[in-house]
Amino acid sequence: MNALLELLRKIGAMTIDGVWRLGFIARFFCVVLRYSGQSFRRLPLTIREIYFSGVLSLLIILVSGLFVGMVLGLQGYDILQRFGSIDALGIMVALSLLRELGPVVAGLLFASRAGSAVTAEIGLMKTTEQLQAMDMMAVNPIARVVAPRFWGGVISMPLLAALFSAMGILGGWLIGVVAIGVDDGAFWSQMRASVDFRYDVLNGIIKSFVFGMAVSLIAVFEGYDCQPTAEGVSRAITRTVVSSALVILALDFVLTSFMFRGL
Amino acid sequence: MIVPSMCAGHPQPMNQAISNEPTANESPSSEPPSNEPISSESISNEPVVRLEQVRFAYGEREILRGVDFAVHRGQLVAIMGGSGSGKTTLLRLIGGQLHANAGKVTVAGQDLGALSTSALYALRRRMGMLFQFGALFTDMSVFDNVAFPLREHTDLPFELIRDLVLMKLHAVGLRGAAALMPSELSGGMARRVALARAVALDPLLVLYDEPFAGLDPISLGVTGQLIRQLNDALGAASIMVTHDVRVSLELVDYVYFVSDGVIVARGTPEEIRASDDPFVHQFVHAEAHGPVPFHYPAPPLASLLDEVAA
Amino acid sequence: MSRTTLDLWVGVFVAVGFAALVFLAVKVGNHSGSSGPIYTVSAAFDNIGGLKVRAPVKSAGVVVGRVGSIGFDKTKFRAVVRLDLDGRYTFPVDTSASILTSGLLGEQYVGLDPGAEETELKTGDQLQITQSAVVLEKLIGQFLFNKAAEAPASAK
Repeated sequence: MNALLELLRKIGAMTIDGVWRLGFIARFFCVVLRYSGQSFRRLPLTIREIYFSGVLSLLIILVSGLFVGMVLGLQGYDILQRFGSIDALGIMVALSLLRELGPVVAGLLFASRAGSAVTAEIGLMKTTEQLQAMDMMAVNPIARVVAPRFWGGVISMPLLAALFSAMGILGGWLIGVVAIGVDDGAFWSQMRASVDFRYDVLNGIIKSFVFGMAVSLIAVFEGYDCQPTAEGVSRAITRTVVSSALVILALDFVLTSFMFRGL
Repeated sequence: MIVPSMCAGHPQPMNQAISNEPTANESPSSEPPSNEPISSESISNEPVVRLEQVRFAYGEREILRGVDFAVHRGQLVAIMGGSGSGKTTLLRLIGGQLHANAGKVTVAGQDLGALSTSALYALRRRMGMLFQFGALFTDMSVFDNVAFPLREHTDLPFELIRDLVLMKLHAVGLRGAAALMPSELSGGMARRVALARAVALDPLLVLYDEPFAGLDPISLGVTGQLIRQLNDALGAASIMVTHDVRVSLELVDYVYFVSDGVIVARGTPEEIRASDDPFVHQFVHAEAHGPVPFHYPAPPLASLLDEVAA
Repeated sequence: MSRTTLDLWVGVFVAVGFAALVFLAVKVGNHSGSSGPIYTVSAAFDNIGGLKVRAPVKSAGVVVGRVGSIGFDKTKFRAVVRLDLDGRYTFPVDTSASILTSGLLGEQYVGLDPGAEETELKTGDQLQITQSAVVLEKLIGQFLFNKAAEAPASAK
């Protein structure tokens, strides 16, 4: 009986804590938006962050995209040839990348490469009192440090997802057409006939944009909110990666059910 | 008591600045404090910092229980006390990072409790603060660190900023280190760079949080001398929170001893050295026993033994 | 890292990213949904089988539009399919629509067979002649039924 009460109490505490945290992150989001003006008026600040979250993630995104596309090429060929429709390989590779794998996998990679780096950087700045020092110098740390990192991530993410998808399609083409020998014309023309710009490409871009917002917000929030100790920073980084992954997958489900309901 | 209220009615003359877009707050911007406000203040003879019956608590835990003090221009004041006695809290209250639960904190004639965020930021441009371990921006070079407040708050041309920064760095003896990154500096050098950054805007008030923590004796002496020199050169008011009795007593003009949230002793270094107040005596001579107990409050050992026996 | 190299890298990144977007838009996707004017006609079917929204509408094998929406007529108990046809192609009013399957197990689409009338279809028109989807189960059922009907005859 006591154990049950204890369990219920714990569930209650967790719920309250979760709701409180959600409210806190929402408020933080509003503050970041409020102080975002500077990130655009002083573009070099944001450009610097695009470099750190976008350019430095480029390699992992391109290589992973290529490999994912190649795997899709192999698996797709194996499945489609059973139905005698290997001409549809292009469709399969392109649709799975554009709609799902591109935004989701790129988002996950982005969270672990760039998101964790942003959390670590902000957390370290907090631990070493740099944020406080900035505040004492009458410079708002949200405007100067947090907002540019947030927008750098938001801008980078759709571009990275597009690169991932493009590389993946290229990888699928390499395996399907160059290595296995699917007809080149059929590969591209079937793909073009069945992939709709607005429904497939644009929806994928919207997804990646939403994921970019979510991951960047989580990353800057966890960094800003962490306990100012070495242990606190490392825990914040773990939380960034874990909650980013969960949020990406959950949001992906929600977005998919809205976007592709009619299909 | 009439003087502060008069001052509150007359906000500090702010220079109508060269429009400075870089800051986030929409406050009327001010240039690095020029001589005008300085002279007007020295005439009014108003203390730069005044605390009146200030109380502060983190939730239930009372940290400060009615603190009064005042710091005037040109003064270098040390706040001493044991760890956890509320010294750092006091510094944060003066910097406006915390707000007093009761009482009034006045800086440059403005009541911190009544200021809006933008007004507080405007005031902070006239403050400098040296953090415990310097808090240099690790992603910027020494030069950029010192240039940071100038670039954020002024629209000065590139050459002027360069000259100002090199001047400040020269003052702390590190002009040659301008191109280094903070990770390449020793602890003492980092502290001096942070000092140069804290005074980059020629502040009216400089706050030092444990400026001597973790320094070797030579760096410690150098830093101490610099703090004194900079204070005299700027004509600023300086408040220093420190444990280091020996060095501080040689440097400062006035000392406040804080214990358990109240000021227990105050005086010039000579008075402090000569003091026979038991607390001051214990602190200055680093004795293990005295008014500051060795034991954390606990039930007497005998009662524990009785419990075990029972 | 100096400002100019940083700017250069970010410039390269953004350019390559946009190139990827353009590649996806031009080389991978088609713009049927967004390009040019469309006109909408409807057709009622007894059974649409597995037809889905956004399935292609083909005439002579060429995609000329998409299925816009699928509804149900409460009074006549028939499926009403709205067809968004490309404005570049016009059809006579007596065009017939049928639901076809590409390959044996492929996706279903709407096939248009042009009639001979002079007047052309315009938005709001309804196709009069329709042919429902071939439902495989029915087909097999019919086949078995016929077989069963044949059997006693041959036994005679």
